[in-house]
Amino acid sequence: MNKDILICGVGGQGTVLASRIIAAAAMEEGSPVHSAETIGMAQRGGSVTSHVRVGGEAYSPMIPFGAADMILAFEPGEAVRNLRYLRQGGVAVVNTAVTKPVTESLKDTGYDGREMTEYLKGKCACIFVNAEEVCRPFGSTKFFNIIMLGVAAGSGCLGLSKETLLKQIEQYVPAKFLDANIRAFSAGIEIAAQANLKGE
Amino acid sequence: MKQYVMGNGAIALGALSAGVRLVAGYPGTPSSEIIETVSKYPHEGVHLEWSVNEKAALEVAVAAAYSGARAMVTMKQMGLNVASDPLMSVAYIGVRGGLVIVSADDPGPISSQTEQDTRRYADFCRIPVFDPASPEEAYQMIQDAFEYSEKYSTPVLFRPTTRVCHAYAAIETPESFTPGTCEGFERDTGRWVIFPRLSFMNHGKIEKRNVEIGKNFSSYRFNTVEGTGSGKAVVASGVSYNYVRECLKGQAGVRLIRVATAFPFPEDFMLKALEGVQEVLCVEELSPYIEEQILKTAGKHHLDIKVSGKLDGSVPHNGENGVELCSGILDKFLGIRTALAQTDISDAPALPVRPPVLCAGCPHRASFYAVKQAMKGQKAVFCGDIGCYTLGNAMPLDMVDTCLCMGAGITMAQGFSHTNDGLACFAFVGDSTFFASGVTGVINAVYNEADIILCVLDNSTTAMTGHQPHPGTGRNMMGNFVDKVSIEKVLEGVGVKKILTVDPLKLDEAVAAVKECAAEKGVRAIVFRSPCVAITKPSAKCAVDPAKCVNCKKCIREIGCPALIIADGRVTIDRNLCTGCGLCSCVCPVQAIGGEAK
Repeated sequence: MNKDILICGVGGQGTVLASRIIAAAAMEEGSPVHSAETIGMAQRGGSVTSHVRVGGEAYSPMIPFGAADMILAFEPGEAVRNLRYLRQGGVAVVNTAVTKPVTESLKDTGYDGREMTEYLKGKCACIFVNAEEVCRPFGSTKFFNIIMLGVAAGSGCLGLSKETLLKQIEQYVPAKFLDANIRAFSAGIEIAAQANLKGE
Repeated sequence: MKQYVMGNGAIALGALSAGVRLVAGYPGTPSSEIIETVSKYPHEGVHLEWSVNEKAALEVAVAAAYSGARAMVTMKQMGLNVASDPLMSVAYIGVRGGLVIVSADDPGPISSQTEQDTRRYADFCRIPVFDPASPEEAYQMIQDAFEYSEKYSTPVLFRPTTRVCHAYAAIETPESFTPGTCEGFERDTGRWVIFPRLSFMNHGKIEKRNVEIGKNFSSYRFNTVEGTGSGKAVVASGVSYNYVRECLKGQAGVRLIRVATAFPFPEDFMLKALEGVQEVLCVEELSPYIEEQILKTAGKHHLDIKVSGKLDGSVPHNGENGVELCSGILDKFLGIRTALAQTDISDAPALPVRPPVLCAGCPHRASFYAVKQAMKGQKAVFCGDIGCYTLGNAMPLDMVDTCLCMGAGITMAQGFSHTNDGLACFAFVGDSTFFASGVTGVINAVYNEADIILCVLDNSTTAMTGHQPHPGTGRNMMGNFVDKVSIEKVLEGVGVKKILTVDPLKLDEAVAAVKECAAEKGVRAIVFRSPCVAITKPSAKCAVDPAKCVNCKKCIREIGCPALIIADGRVTIDRNLCTGCGLCSCVCPVQAIGGEAK
């Protein structure tokens, strides 16, 4: 199996952990895996991406434009910025809640993400998730990355079993937050089920 | 044992597998995780250190190698400039134990000041260089590097690039590592003491030896030829080799030549690889090093061959290559189509711009703001330096007028003071940079009677590169608690008469300290001390009282903290980002911002 999964967002949203868990789950299922992350200065409030490449035919550490089977976008503007990575027929899971950069607050251009979600609808198969709403029962946005993983798993486009992913979540999250993370993962799966996606 | 690690981790584990006895370095993206990985794995019997700078790291390692131990030094490419003094000389002297200098290059540049090419240093110093294309290769190749270093008694450069350092892959390692032997240092002044006569002798020997290494490299396992096609060939090195392979998936037969050892150039290998080739395209990052070697080889052997690459404009000189760029270049050269169909986003709405900024609650923001307030309306120059605080240049702070290289802010402020009348000359330096290359600059200021205000932004860590400890933190990489080197005592010891220490989050006191120093002459220093927010737990959160807030947005305009946002037209504080530093409450003209009500 070859699968390319691009995770994008803004520094500090927990995208790196999501990519680690996907990579570990793919390894657990016996596939060769490669991944790459944004590290360093760009992490300070900048756009970040993680590239996860499952399968033996990946040479470049980064996914080529037009090759990603799935984009997990933690921010709507970042989904649009990285849309060129998505293959024809690929699926985007997109958080509709925006992270406003400082430049935006200074100029106040009214960026609220609606334009982005409208644009995305016309471009590819999407599952929209509003982080603020789905995180409310958890009292913190800390679990949002695991909710996104749940959506990805539930969509069936990840090519990984929910059980394997859950096993890796258990490995990677602190024990005291494990129950909340399991609930977050289940909530994500539920969102995907309701989205009733007609992707390829 | 299978391990999923970053390229830097693979380098670390490869060095441990090779029996490294001493590892030293200075943090710098993209190289920092090499030493951090060594520290995370069992490494009994290995001395591990963050040295004060790259020159110190290399000198420490040189002595280990003279003693017969295997030693590794790690740094980013500009760190090699700092270490170039010992590097040039040790290249003449040679080593006993293997000495590998890892210098990670940064095409782009993604987080560096320069796009320099470590392979040029190898040529300049006349020492071998290894250039891995992936983490898996890096793990193997670093072990080869130690072998070559010992076989030819020479220091060896190891040059990964950002995309290799930061890529993850699974590698197979031994269950445990055993440090190699160390025979101990043996006196031999004819060998270890560099004198003009010795350099003359060794220079001749080194050039002869390099011919031999070039021949040996011609059968090196990572110098490879794929595809049987004739007429045209593609030459690639480093991660570009994998970009080209990605593009050529499903294009059977294209001849692809990969050079993993740029210096000494494997000429025999290249001559054989180019048999039947009339046109060759060189795909490499940073400088056209291999392209130039092929041109040289073609001239020397009268080959009728057209060489393209950076020098004829086929490949850009600057920036990284990437699959998309390589795809376009290959399509043109080979007359094929390799690009995948992709979504057109030329009609996308305007995307938010996200330049990197100081974190919410970062004490550097408060330090810069205090200086800005204190110096309002006065002529001043603000010399910046290398670290998170370079981001003090961003709007609305706009407090960095110059940034050159590690430690330069302190010495440049002196140059400004000697040539600009009536200009208040400020130098901002972080704690780690102060120890790395700031202290000599302060001594220079005292001795040469400069008129500067030194602002040491002490957040008790090396924040930018991932929170490494340094001499001021009281911890070292051997896991020991050690005496903290006091910045104030260092300043006092070198003769700085005026030294104030303030908490930048107490804005009034910080502003008063700056004003006090600005009114005096000579070398004055202010230590702004407050820990990095990324390694401390937030005290509380701030909140805007909507009843008091007049929505003037002064807080946003003045300090630009990412936690200050506008939601539904009103200034709001993002609870997920706020650390409760309280700087915004100091700035608010109507006292509308306070601690959050529980």
